[in-house]
Amino acid sequence: MQSMLEVKDLAKNYGDFTAVKGITFDIKEGEIFSLLGPNGAGKTTTISMLSTLYTPTSGDATIGGHSVTKDPMAVKRVIGVVPQELALYEDLTARENLVFWGQMYGLSGKALKSRVDEVLDQIGLVDKAKNKVKTYSGGMKRRVNIGVGLLHKPRLLFMDEPTVGIDPQSRRAILDTVKHLNEQGMTLLYTTHYMEEAQELSDRVGIIDHGELIALGTQKELTQQVGETDTLILHIGENDDPEALARSLDGTQDVLEAIATDHEVSVVAREAEDVLAAVVTTANERGIKIRSIDIREPNLEAVFLHLTGRALRD
Amino acid sequence: MKKLLLIGIKDLKLMFRDRAALTFMLLAPFLLTIGMGFVTGRFSGGSTGISDIPVVIVNLDKQELGNALEDLFNSDELSDLMEPTASSDPEAARQLIESDQASAAIIILEGFSRSIIPAEGTTFGQDYVEPEPVQIEVYTNPSSPTSAGIVKAVVDEFISRVEEGRTSGMTSIVGLLQSGQLDPQNAEAEARDLLQNIDQVESSAITLKTNIEGADAVEFDLLSYFAPGIALMFLMYTVSYGGRSILAERAEGTLPRLLISPTQVVQVLGGKVLGIFFMGTAQVSILILASAILFQVKWGNPIGIAVLILAAVFGATGWGMLVTAFARTPAQVASTGTIVMLIFSILGGSFISLENFPPFVQTISKITPIAWGLDGFTTLALGGTLSNLVEPITALLIMGAVLFGIAVALFNRNGLMQQ
Repeated sequence: MQSMLEVKDLAKNYGDFTAVKGITFDIKEGEIFSLLGPNGAGKTTTISMLSTLYTPTSGDATIGGHSVTKDPMAVKRVIGVVPQELALYEDLTARENLVFWGQMYGLSGKALKSRVDEVLDQIGLVDKAKNKVKTYSGGMKRRVNIGVGLLHKPRLLFMDEPTVGIDPQSRRAILDTVKHLNEQGMTLLYTTHYMEEAQELSDRVGIIDHGELIALGTQKELTQQVGETDTLILHIGENDDPEALARSLDGTQDVLEAIATDHEVSVVAREAEDVLAAVVTTANERGIKIRSIDIREPNLEAVFLHLTGRALRD
Repeated sequence: MKKLLLIGIKDLKLMFRDRAALTFMLLAPFLLTIGMGFVTGRFSGGSTGISDIPVVIVNLDKQELGNALEDLFNSDELSDLMEPTASSDPEAARQLIESDQASAAIIILEGFSRSIIPAEGTTFGQDYVEPEPVQIEVYTNPSSPTSAGIVKAVVDEFISRVEEGRTSGMTSIVGLLQSGQLDPQNAEAEARDLLQNIDQVESSAITLKTNIEGADAVEFDLLSYFAPGIALMFLMYTVSYGGRSILAERAEGTLPRLLISPTQVVQVLGGKVLGIFFMGTAQVSILILASAILFQVKWGNPIGIAVLILAAVFGATGWGMLVTAFARTPAQVASTGTIVMLIFSILGGSFISLENFPPFVQTISKITPIAWGLDGFTTLALGGTLSNLVEPITALLIMGAVLFGIAVALFNRNGLMQQ
């Protein structure tokens, strides 16, 4: 499969601070690629460089064969961007917003009108098209925000955390839209800090933390990095010491790894049931009260935990 | 260019949907104009506020036209407006101007009438040479621009009528001679008859104009000063509102979104500037139209008004861009813009005529688009035309271009359009 996007040693510095540290990856045509990482990991900076808004400090990327540093105008015609923050004119109606942004992408006349109608239908806002955006709910605004990115039928769509701060129903609708767009042949770069979204949508995932791409591959390839293991998440009392419990569990039989986080201890084992009794006993011996236990099979959260020693939401 | 227009029109549309902005841009100046009308007695039939303009007339011509001009300034029609003093010494008249004791001095040079009306015995044969015109000199006091402008308007009107009469008279004589309808021997008498009447024709023409439409040219309506002064003051608000929208768009994410669309940075910035320009033009035009319809404010020559509006808005837009270039947030533009608006309004003469300020303040006032704009609007209200606006329009265009250049340099330095 041909690459739609090729990123090579892309870096961005702000003075002494390095926001993105020379990342390299590619996205194949027709793929959904997720950049998964906590807030401040460098996801938005990466998208901003790829969409030509920020000039990279070093490195380059090509999109549809065009360099983002040497031929930004050609890149802009290939890509669509759905920014994390709503970027709409609230005093204009949804239709007026779509018409204006369509014009900025070079659409005009009947083609513009027809495309605006299609997008309004696609985002389910035909009936509310004449209402000002400021009268919309958060979810409806998000849909218009996405609609703007789709107007010119981009070959590659960047979606930067499009589900932040919205209700579950709107979130579900957005995830379904992403799948639908991909089924129609669109290539997508999706950034998120929600592991479940990356798992549900992605063909491949890049895990980014502190500006570095620390893992890259399909979900299967990534989970294999932490082995075929289960993770027990022990939720302990507020006054108990998770570090102490993690240290005690580290040498327990069949426990591969025990990591303390905020009021939680994550215990990695080949089989959860093999270590469950020992974990409870150790906690009792230490006088630590276990409030609840979650058992998780290998997932991207575990991969992130394994690679960074921190939970994604930290 | 199309995208520039689209961005500008979008900003204009947004302005008309912003009720708070509309209140400040249109309603507030309108109410303030009404207030000034009441305060100055404009709506209660009170004085126009300008009267007894001290003017020195030095009539060295002592012939028909020189006397006619002198008589005009001493006529009943202008008795309230003018306070003429006769003098025979041009230097003494200039001194009165220098010492700020008169608003203008009119020096009618010797030979003025003869340069227009031929002397007795002149023959109109093949060797007739039209005499070189002798001009009237008007010395104006820069510290009384409005009063001096009124004097100049009266003289200009007189000259214009004389010139018109002379041209048509000579054309008639030459035409009659060429067609053989007039004998060269009788031409001199005919010419003298025709041109002799110029002084009477012109004098009565001006008098007529003063009485009927004369308000257009000579009688000065105080609202014709305050209405543009207030409109220009609130224009400063509008340009800072427009400048603020650049930073607001950056904060709200629509500016980055514009920059990642296939639109050049120069198109985005140009479109925003055009938007400010549209807003300012719409605002001032609406205020002018409304005051003309509702208060019968006489603004003067429509073409001159249109061109002056565009130039004044251009100059003011430059200031709006400069304020924006120095600010980091929309709130900073709003507060700085308000301060600039108030300082410029006082300095530019929105409330108090610049004549009342010391000369150095009048000089400083030239940095404001309000002072230049008012200069132009006053000239037009006094009967001036586009040709009388060369100075203020040139100044406003230079002001706008220079400030825009500085603002763009600052935008680049501060990285407004780049990250």
